[in-house]
Amino acid sequence: MDVAAAPRPRTAKRWHPLVITISILRLGGIGINTRFWVSIGLLGAIVVFGLLGPTLLGKRDPLRIVGGLYDPPSSQVWLGTDNFGRDVFTQLMYGTRTSLTIGLIAGAVATLIGVAVGTLAGFRGGTIEEALMGITNVVITIPSIVILILLSIAIASRSIVVMGVIIGITSWPWTARAVRAQTASLRAREHLDLARLSGAGTVSLILVDIIPYMLSYIFMAFVLQFASGILQEAALSLLGLGPTNTISLGIMLHWSLLWEAVRTGAWWAFFPPTVFLTIIAFALLLLQSSLDELFNPRLRRK
Amino acid sequence: MTRVSSLLEVERLSRQFGSGRSAVLAVKDVSFSVAPGEIVAVVGESGSGKSTLARLILRLLPPTSGTIRFAGLGEITRLRGRALRHYWQQVQAIFQDPFSTFNQFLTVRRLLERSLGIVDNPPRGADRECAIAQALQSVGLEPSDVLPKWPHQLSGGQRQRVMIARALLLQPKLVIADEPTSMLDASLRVTVLNLLADLRQRGSSVLFITHDLGQAFYLADRLLVMYQGEIVERGPVEAVLRSPRHPYTQRLLADVPRLGDGRPTARPADGPIRLVQRRPSGG
Repeated sequence: MDVAAAPRPRTAKRWHPLVITISILRLGGIGINTRFWVSIGLLGAIVVFGLLGPTLLGKRDPLRIVGGLYDPPSSQVWLGTDNFGRDVFTQLMYGTRTSLTIGLIAGAVATLIGVAVGTLAGFRGGTIEEALMGITNVVITIPSIVILILLSIAIASRSIVVMGVIIGITSWPWTARAVRAQTASLRAREHLDLARLSGAGTVSLILVDIIPYMLSYIFMAFVLQFASGILQEAALSLLGLGPTNTISLGIMLHWSLLWEAVRTGAWWAFFPPTVFLTIIAFALLLLQSSLDELFNPRLRRK
Repeated sequence: MTRVSSLLEVERLSRQFGSGRSAVLAVKDVSFSVAPGEIVAVVGESGSGKSTLARLILRLLPPTSGTIRFAGLGEITRLRGRALRHYWQQVQAIFQDPFSTFNQFLTVRRLLERSLGIVDNPPRGADRECAIAQALQSVGLEPSDVLPKWPHQLSGGQRQRVMIARALLLQPKLVIADEPTSMLDASLRVTVLNLLADLRQRGSSVLFITHDLGQAFYLADRLLVMYQGEIVERGPVEAVLRSPRHPYTQRLLADVPRLGDGRPTARPADGPIRLVQRRPSGG
């Protein structure tokens, strides 16, 4: 593989507890196929639960009041009710859907900006590279949660799309740096000389001669951004700055914190969304690490 | 110095890599010219600066000093943008490695169509199809067979012939062939050399860069011998090969293996070659 030959700068997240878990799994000898299929299985189950669950189970309205304050789980309400007497199980389905959507939009926006900035900087070099990487480094040094909080406050009505875009435009710098390094190593390849002699301009060279050669890498960066987008949304929603007029996994955590679910022992209000967030992020990171090994055979254990 | 007849004129061209103590002068004060319809060979060992010279003339690498002039365009050493495009309409290249010069995500058809992007008024539709098919046919490839293929489905020889077809398609005045045969099987070399000779028949000059004196002798009119970034000997091919003056040329010439001179004595008598030779009668 050509891409494998290039040095592979890693995105952040090395210290993330889930990454540590995956490293332990790696050491534990769980093979690439197992990890790949486990992650696909988990993600598939969660996507089906979030997208088809409400239809299949006939629970259409997550904001409908069906019981009292923190009713415990029963045959009527499988995971009990929340502080307003709403069905937690139904909320979980819609919350998963919202979180996945926001993560997907955030990942797409971050990858798009990151790839555009990274390829342009790595390809053009010189002043343009200095300027673009300068901006990137400035954005990296500002804690993204601060920008997220300020942006969320500034925008009064936050739809799911707006949330995704807000998270995306604060998390692209890591992708940009990694893509820049890859581009710089691809820039000297001979097929680019031939393309230049064929009259290809910068845009054509980047789109046709550079990006296809690192598509696998970009896809992995996207998976990581997807995972971190979901977690960022949860963090913002936990602070009450999530999307308005909808339910997400983070918003569920927000309400359960506000209404003292932890202290009153209403575990069904905060435990399910926490588990779901963990499973989603875990499955995505597992997917990324198995893809990394797939695309980069040198990482494979014998 | 300026002769009206020359197509390409290189004057005191130098290129330095690195700086300070680690500086390497890859090309040192190189001057020469190429006349229309001429095949000039640049011969030298690896590391002698041949490929750097090729990239300098192709304007893929900026020179440290010196000038390059091209007939009709004047000095092209500092051209950029649109003007550089005009230069590339007239000067094209065939590179050494037919594997890495191909974008592996483009089929032969897309590669050739994309190459026409350098031409000002590229043929369209049926005209384009026809031009591409003709170019492929003249290098001995069947268009319907090769056009839809990806680079990895072609052999090294086929890829190099596609590259020559590309040069034919663009009809440049000068083709710079940077060791076009070094990655090919011996049996394919003559084919490629003959195709380069065909380029001349179609009105292109060729700057043929090689490490092989035999190939230079086969193809070229004039010879430039390059050693450590400098041109140490030059002249018509036959004159240089008959009476080489520079010690490096003499050494190069002495190193050319000749058929009938006998094999080096160090080779074991029961080498694999004998076994191969016996096989037909044994079977």
